[in-house]
Amino acid sequence: MGPEHLPTTEFEIEDPGQTLGALAGSGEEPDMVQLLDAEGVLREDPAYSRYVADLDGEALRALYRDMFIIRRFDIEATALQRQGELALWPPLQGQEAAQIGSGRALRPQDYAFPTYREHGVALTRNVDLADLLRQFRGISNGGWDPRQNNFHLYTLVLAAQTLHAVGYAMGIQRDGADAVSIAYFGDGASSEGDVHESMVFAASNNAPVVFFCQNNHWAISVPTEVQSRIPLANRASGYGFPGIRVDGNDVLAVHAVTKWALEHAASGQGPVLIEAFTYRVGAHTTADDPTKYRVTAEEDAWRRKDPLLRLEKHLRSAGLADDAFFAALQVESDAFAKQIRSAVLAMEGPAMEDSFNTVYADPHPLVAEELAWFKQYEAGFADAEAGHTAGETR
Amino acid sequence: MPNTQIFKLPDVGEGLTEAEIVSWKVKPGDAVAVNDVLVEIETAKSLVELPSPFEGVVAELLVPEGRTVDVGTPIIAVSAAGAPGKAAKPAGKAPKPAGKAAAPSSNAESGPAAEPLVGSGPKADAVKRRPRRPLTLPSLHLPGRPAPQAPAAPEVHLPAPHGQATHVPPAPTLDGATPVADEALPGAKAPQQRGETMQAAVSRLITRVLAKPPVRKAAKDLGIDLADVTATGRGGEVTKQDLLSYQAQRDAEVDAAEQFWTPGLDPQARRIERIPVKGIRKITAQNMVKSAFSAPHVSIFVDVDASRTMEFVKRLKASRDFEGIKVSPLLILAKAVIWAAARNPSVNATWASGPDGDEILVHHYMNLGIAAATPRGLLVPNIKDAQNLSLKELAMALNQLAARAREGKTQPAEMQDGTLTITNIGALGIDTGTPIINPGEVAIVAFGTIKQKPWVLDGEVIPRWITTLGGSFDHRVVDGDLSARFMADVAAIMEEPALLLD
Repeated sequence: MGPEHLPTTEFEIEDPGQTLGALAGSGEEPDMVQLLDAEGVLREDPAYSRYVADLDGEALRALYRDMFIIRRFDIEATALQRQGELALWPPLQGQEAAQIGSGRALRPQDYAFPTYREHGVALTRNVDLADLLRQFRGISNGGWDPRQNNFHLYTLVLAAQTLHAVGYAMGIQRDGADAVSIAYFGDGASSEGDVHESMVFAASNNAPVVFFCQNNHWAISVPTEVQSRIPLANRASGYGFPGIRVDGNDVLAVHAVTKWALEHAASGQGPVLIEAFTYRVGAHTTADDPTKYRVTAEEDAWRRKDPLLRLEKHLRSAGLADDAFFAALQVESDAFAKQIRSAVLAMEGPAMEDSFNTVYADPHPLVAEELAWFKQYEAGFADAEAGHTAGETR
Repeated sequence: MPNTQIFKLPDVGEGLTEAEIVSWKVKPGDAVAVNDVLVEIETAKSLVELPSPFEGVVAELLVPEGRTVDVGTPIIAVSAAGAPGKAAKPAGKAPKPAGKAAAPSSNAESGPAAEPLVGSGPKADAVKRRPRRPLTLPSLHLPGRPAPQAPAAPEVHLPAPHGQATHVPPAPTLDGATPVADEALPGAKAPQQRGETMQAAVSRLITRVLAKPPVRKAAKDLGIDLADVTATGRGGEVTKQDLLSYQAQRDAEVDAAEQFWTPGLDPQARRIERIPVKGIRKITAQNMVKSAFSAPHVSIFVDVDASRTMEFVKRLKASRDFEGIKVSPLLILAKAVIWAAARNPSVNATWASGPDGDEILVHHYMNLGIAAATPRGLLVPNIKDAQNLSLKELAMALNQLAARAREGKTQPAEMQDGTLTITNIGALGIDTGTPIINPGEVAIVAFGTIKQKPWVLDGEVIPRWITTLGGSFDHRVVDGDLSARFMADVAAIMEEPALLLD
């Protein structure tokens, strides 16, 4: 059977006004903040335009570069998985603007709590991108020191990080610090109880936290329409804080809205929910096959709203970037991908002893005994490297 | 082939073991760059294109299109033509064992178990058992732990999977101990003898009653042999509930026995115990009276050599097809009764007295009742349209019926419209008896216990598995010769189940 399997369920929509207008071919643009439309034309927004007014040509090119690099990185990581070098990879393609736009709005003292797909945010937090791959290569439980860049470890348990973010924000309140924590999560996680609890606590404590929901429309194979009858951003009003839906494929709008939200939270006005309306163009992970549950027409419709394409159009039409810029970026990103590749291939797993050494802070006789046994067990394999354990004879 | 790099089929999903090579996108001689698409594969999850991990020239396609191969199988050879030693490292071999750089004295951890758990290389090998070294390691004397004893008769050694082995370290010399004993004392323990021990251990494992560890422990604590407990678990295992109901039943019997003759506080009141007749007891009583006094019973008995049935049951138990399904001689009897009823249809009938005279209703279907002793009392649920069931389906239906009866979940509908009944008195160790016909039916078969008895075969007395079949028939419908033929047919199947194939 080819990739064009059965076109799956189209969900019956009774009241189009109540839906997210996301179905392929619906043609309806949902009500959301947008500063740069799909054709790369700037739009004026009374509330949010001022937050990107300071972005000059260089800043715009930098945003484009970030998105381009992270897309190239994502492609390379996907290839590495297909070559057996990574056990799994969750691709981010389509969500570059949501991640770069929001990540670049963060200040150094702010703290980001990602899911497992925030590769773009990691880039903006200056995390060594090769380190992102350690966990997916199965050689580390984390990969980086979260305190170094205020970028938390990838959280694989859906929605758990929203609680962490609120707790962190409550800590900020108690420290009296000028910082905000931002919780990244998806439309699927928004159905989890953790998100509800974290929003209740955030509201009760008026905590400086931004809930950044990337609504990429598919919780693996479950569409958002099944999970919510109303736009996810509207849920915020139930908790008593503002909720804004922003065009997640518009890096400028995302940037502006996030800046506003950070200001709002940092000034003691409490949490904000941002729903970045975007689309996961690729598979949920490399172990997923989206052709089994959604139609190609839908994917094509979203490709036309590509975040990179619209900024490229804008840069070109405004005379802010030329062919040379884009060509150079291609060369740069390919070289970067090559670096990533060789870094991954050189990554080695932890020594067996490491697992034992991290059980207790201090040496422990039982652990030492078990390590000794395990070493001996391992040495008993015929294909183990020739060793010279004391007393061993051939 | 120093310049040729081999790409092994990676696990592109999570935990896939194989994939089909759908179509090659390159052919020998083609130049490929890193990440050029080489091949399209289809896994259990999706159709996936594999990008090249190497740069070079395709030397050989190692697997033809349409072939399904295991993860880890070499699928393509790429020779590093043109630019040897160029950036692309052989991905398949890249992850070297970790800990190489660790202290030399602790070299042991450098085994592949510590390698990253990624697709192509080590993971593929993990399916196979790594060979153990033939030599013995010095036993490790650890403080506070007695020196490991070499086991006298090694149990079947099932090494725990990597990573689970550490919990309670078993004696490290377990693997090596026996070979050493052999070397040190040649002949002291003949390998043959060891083989037999092994075989015995293996067959013990195979015939072992299935149960989860907590159930196993509870049974041990209660002093119950799991083999005595009827298993109703999905995989044929004894469940906690099975154990509890067995225990409750046993307790009830045992307790009652102890106290039965013991006078209570008020001896007068305890001399005679009054039990109101109600519920199932009442219905059973009514039915039995109705049956015994309305249908003139005739009972006949036949001894049967059921040895072949026993063999057949044993084979069914071992067959993969019946894995997880409880198979007992009752299954064969049930099949035999259905078979025999078709040859003697009048036994599968009802005597109907109407205002316009009496009628015999012959049923062209078999709702086969099985008398079951349950906590609620005697119930006779039946298997509807049992004539349509295959042997396996019948086995599953019997299991389900028994389980539901034991759990007290038998619904009234399951007990209605029976056409013929089997009562398995043999389960209680009884040889035979004269069963009373279930009202509305005209025949009932009593299945006695199967045990080894002396049996004369070709003039010689040999031990065979013998059972006695008893049958009661309503003489208004079934005459002596018909009942005899029916019972002989049932007996014939029990003697030679292969006749079912007829």
